[in-house]
Amino acid sequence: MRTRIAPSAILWLLVGAIYFLVPLLATLIFSLRSGTTGSCCTGANYGEIFRDPELWRSLKQSFILALETIAFSLALLIPTVYWVHLRVPRLRPLIGFLALVPFVIPPIILVVGLLDVYKGTPQWFYAEPYGFLVAAYVILAFPYIYFSLDSGFRAIDVHTLTEASQSLGATWRTTLLRVILPNVRTAALAGAFLTLAIVMGEFTIANLSAFHTFPIYIQYINETKAYPAAAVSLFSFAITWAAMLALLLAGRKRPLQFGGAR
Amino acid sequence: MVGSFKGDTGGVTLSHVEKIIHEPYLSDFKNSIEVSLVTALLGGLLGFLIAYAAIREGTPRVVRTVLTTFSGVAANFAGIPLAFAFIATAGTIGIVTQWLNGLGFKPYDHGFTVFGTTGVELAYLYFQIPLMILVIAPAIDGLRREWREASLNLGASQLQFWRYVGVPVLMPSLLGAMVLLFGNSFSAYATAYGLTGGSVPLVPITIGFNLSGNVLDDPHLGEALAFGMFVVLALMMLIYIPLQRISSRWVR
Repeated sequence: MRTRIAPSAILWLLVGAIYFLVPLLATLIFSLRSGTTGSCCTGANYGEIFRDPELWRSLKQSFILALETIAFSLALLIPTVYWVHLRVPRLRPLIGFLALVPFVIPPIILVVGLLDVYKGTPQWFYAEPYGFLVAAYVILAFPYIYFSLDSGFRAIDVHTLTEASQSLGATWRTTLLRVILPNVRTAALAGAFLTLAIVMGEFTIANLSAFHTFPIYIQYINETKAYPAAAVSLFSFAITWAAMLALLLAGRKRPLQFGGAR
Repeated sequence: MVGSFKGDTGGVTLSHVEKIIHEPYLSDFKNSIEVSLVTALLGGLLGFLIAYAAIREGTPRVVRTVLTTFSGVAANFAGIPLAFAFIATAGTIGIVTQWLNGLGFKPYDHGFTVFGTTGVELAYLYFQIPLMILVIAPAIDGLRREWREASLNLGASQLQFWRYVGVPVLMPSLLGAMVLLFGNSFSAYATAYGLTGGSVPLVPITIGFNLSGNVLDDPHLGEALAFGMFVVLALMMLIYIPLQRISSRWVR
């Protein structure tokens, strides 16, 4: 029996499509308007944004922050998750619960605590984005990276792989780097792209700890120039879309995903 | 690493906590809770209707694939760019505003503004609805089509099916998802900040002001407010966890 598409289904899908497409379209039209005459269509706003050295500086900073966060998180979590799966599977529910904590405690609460906890730490850490912000972002990224690594490790036979590599005389380091790592590569990549999207868009913590990352730059443009702001907003969507598409292509099954830069 | 945010409510004396249950902070909480309730209910309802429309039989499968992919992106797409998208749409010189002005209906003459509570709610729905779609889709899958066919064969009307089968089965999942949505919008900061510059007093915005020392400057008050938020969110989790347990019964 083949049923036709129900009229009410068409209605609701249409309502959804209008609500989600109109703001994107409006931003696009806005970005093409001329700053002096307000009429369509010119690429001048994009030119203005892309010529601004501050855009590239903040973009580069956010990108480096993202890479650093990903590197730290993976270096910390791959051995941990590996060890937990291999030796202490009892701890999995506990770590799973801890990983949910950053979901329940939003960035706005997190930043209050972090500013307090890290007060009095050395200048090279507290006053530098590559110290303080990365520490905060590693916490934000923890659930995303953990859950995708966890599902990655569940899909492989950790015990057999480890025993095989040990009986062939491999050290722990070789086992981890040459045997385990290639097997969880997709899971690690999926977590990494999600982290990239989050860090590139994170505003709350960066703003309140007064670091000038890419989202802070967007906010500055928003407050000062209307039409170029549309261009830079669309540019930022494009980055999010690219990271998400990369995630879809890299991963088979998508991990639990909500949160981000609200 | 985990320990660093466990201590984030430490060092709070009772006097600060006492302050936050009085004005003007009490109304911040009221505003935040109101915005969160409205967007959780509306977002939950619309998200469910859209998800159901995409999943029910008759709708081509490709619609569902496109919708879940888009929701995955949109649920993560929030903050400053989202705020600007709404300014470009419904701000004073926004595209839709100008279009309505051209039709002779001037929204800004009728008390509408995107920079107020309504605007914040409108913008929050942009990430609430996709989150609802992502969270509720597995539960809708659990609503087996055999049940629907069986009840229709037994002579039930559409309305009776929803009244006695559909809604009772989905209720725990719907409520659970809406609790999640509530927390999601309760903790949002960047979108409201980008949209209103802080003119709508929500708890996260007030915390931000206290921390950055822009308008107010009392980090301890910020900590006390953060503690208050934490209490609300912890209560939320206490409601969410049992609901999650009940609803997982029907999800394969």
